[in-house]
Amino acid sequence: MVKEIDERIQAIDAEIDELMAEEAVDEPRVYVLRREKHELIKMCRDLTPHDKVYIARHKKRPKITEYISNIFEDFFEQRGDDLGKDDMSIYGGIATFHGMPVTVLGHRKGNDLSENLKVNFGMPGPEGYRKALRLMKQAEKFGRPVITFIDTPGAYPGLEAEMYGQGTAIANNLAKMSDLKVPVIAIVTGEGSSGGALAIGVANTVLMLENSVYSILSPEGYASILWKDSGRSEEACELMKLTAQDLLSFGVIDDIIPEPLGGAHLNPKMVFKTVDRYIRRELEKYVKTGPEEIAKQRYKKFRYIDEMYLAEKA
Amino acid sequence: MKLTDLFKKNDTAKSEPLLSEAEAEALSEPASENTAKPDESDKVKDSEEETMVCPKCKQVFDKSVLKENLNVCPACGNHFVISPERRVRYLVDQGSFKPLKCKVPFVNPLDNPDYEAKITSLQEKTGLEEAVYTGVGKIDGYETVICVMSSKFLMGSMGIAVGEKVTNAFEYADKKKLPIVVFTASGGARMQEGILSLMQMAKTSAAVEKFSKHGGLYISVLTHPTTGGVTASFATLGDITLAEPEALIGFAGPRVIEQTIGQKLPEGFQRSEFMVEHGFVDQIVPRNKMRETLALILRLHSKRGR
Repeated sequence: MVKEIDERIQAIDAEIDELMAEEAVDEPRVYVLRREKHELIKMCRDLTPHDKVYIARHKKRPKITEYISNIFEDFFEQRGDDLGKDDMSIYGGIATFHGMPVTVLGHRKGNDLSENLKVNFGMPGPEGYRKALRLMKQAEKFGRPVITFIDTPGAYPGLEAEMYGQGTAIANNLAKMSDLKVPVIAIVTGEGSSGGALAIGVANTVLMLENSVYSILSPEGYASILWKDSGRSEEACELMKLTAQDLLSFGVIDDIIPEPLGGAHLNPKMVFKTVDRYIRRELEKYVKTGPEEIAKQRYKKFRYIDEMYLAEKA
Repeated sequence: MKLTDLFKKNDTAKSEPLLSEAEAEALSEPASENTAKPDESDKVKDSEEETMVCPKCKQVFDKSVLKENLNVCPACGNHFVISPERRVRYLVDQGSFKPLKCKVPFVNPLDNPDYEAKITSLQEKTGLEEAVYTGVGKIDGYETVICVMSSKFLMGSMGIAVGEKVTNAFEYADKKKLPIVVFTASGGARMQEGILSLMQMAKTSAAVEKFSKHGGLYISVLTHPTTGGVTASFATLGDITLAEPEALIGFAGPRVIEQTIGQKLPEGFQRSEFMVEHGFVDQIVPRNKMRETLALILRLHSKRGR
């Protein structure tokens, strides 16, 4: 449903842009279009999980590059895993957040096909996870908090990725992140699929944008395993419990960051402001927590990550 | 230890030269409560027939020969899937093994209508609580925490119960200052438990890291198949990583990779031998050398008292 609404909104936006570019602006027409858009957005109040997957993957959904340039200052990009490779699907470096040096990194998706080919559609190989770990260990050394942005269809299932240890690289990140002595905040901004998402998600606070999704596998992969038919992904979406609301009820995430009605791509500026506020709130929480305590808090969080759900069931 | 005594005792019963003293001892263990049950998780089914065919080399031989050869084909070395109980029996000093108690209630986070019945039937069929069997036993005198996964239990997939049992085993080993050996066999995180399964990867990996930071020895033994979320968590975090011959080891499954890259994978891709070549496995250890190899590694780490 949301797909049709979104396509109509895109068309309206394009038409408004066209009308506004003309010398004599057809004001009544613009007014009518804006009304229609407003009504369409109002229809996005009750979204199905499948709708959310659509929004989470929207090609105009804000990407890590935009989050960094809009929320952080003095960004200094760091590249490479120090082992012979640089994986462009992980983007990160050092920046300041309201004056405080932080390490910021995450999955990178492109704005068009050529960009996406460069960043492999946000699907890292082992070198990407090793790059991420290098940045995080360095953050630990210099006492910088780590902020990660999760948005990936999953770790890349390729021949070379396997050859160079995809599994080992992810496992290492999970292990080492669990013991980092600096605060880690993870934000699922788009789609968080499988170990490829979790590999930068072992954080003291895990947040999700309202229309983002986070799951054991992509809905297509899930359908392929369950029914040997990736075409049944819409059904899979309804079964998987992958929305931010589902994850909050499982106790797997800590909070949901609200989005403008209809999705983050309809008002990115507002989203950056909100995300900024949430990061600030979380960092303030940890400012007085010592290094050992911060690692311990994170360890406990994941050690007992299923306890809330189990307790509810008992 | 009276290895030689046990060996002698067993000597008349067997004529397989492939058996070492260690295996002879393991085999000499009297039938436990586990063997009393029909062992359906072994490829060798109890039936009238005395002979069977190896699916790999098509050689026909006596079932008793296969059993004495630790369920490894005497002709081609094909390692048959064995049940966790049998694995433990092949490994530990007689009568030294005690299962760890760690019961996780059945949960069904995605409200899958068939899930509970499936688990119950698997529990009856395999005699296992879940896809991993954990306990403490002595390997050549060295007290060791042992976890064995079973590919016959929902493909050895990791849900909350498996994650909790593995984590609990690492915590027990940490508390008791014991080494730990984990035999992995898994298709990955368990789809039926959704995101909570994924979180078990973080939980187990964090437990391994904590254990490791405290100086504990972790030997990971990768058996056929070890893939997905288990490969991407505790399976690949061992201080020493061993593999059974020809085991499939990887993150993504071969079918998914072939679909992604649009071509056939080369012969031997993601097999134990490939993993050694690419630096992720220390040694390939055939089943009949497993006990002595583990004993050696344990001895090499015993000087510090753990």
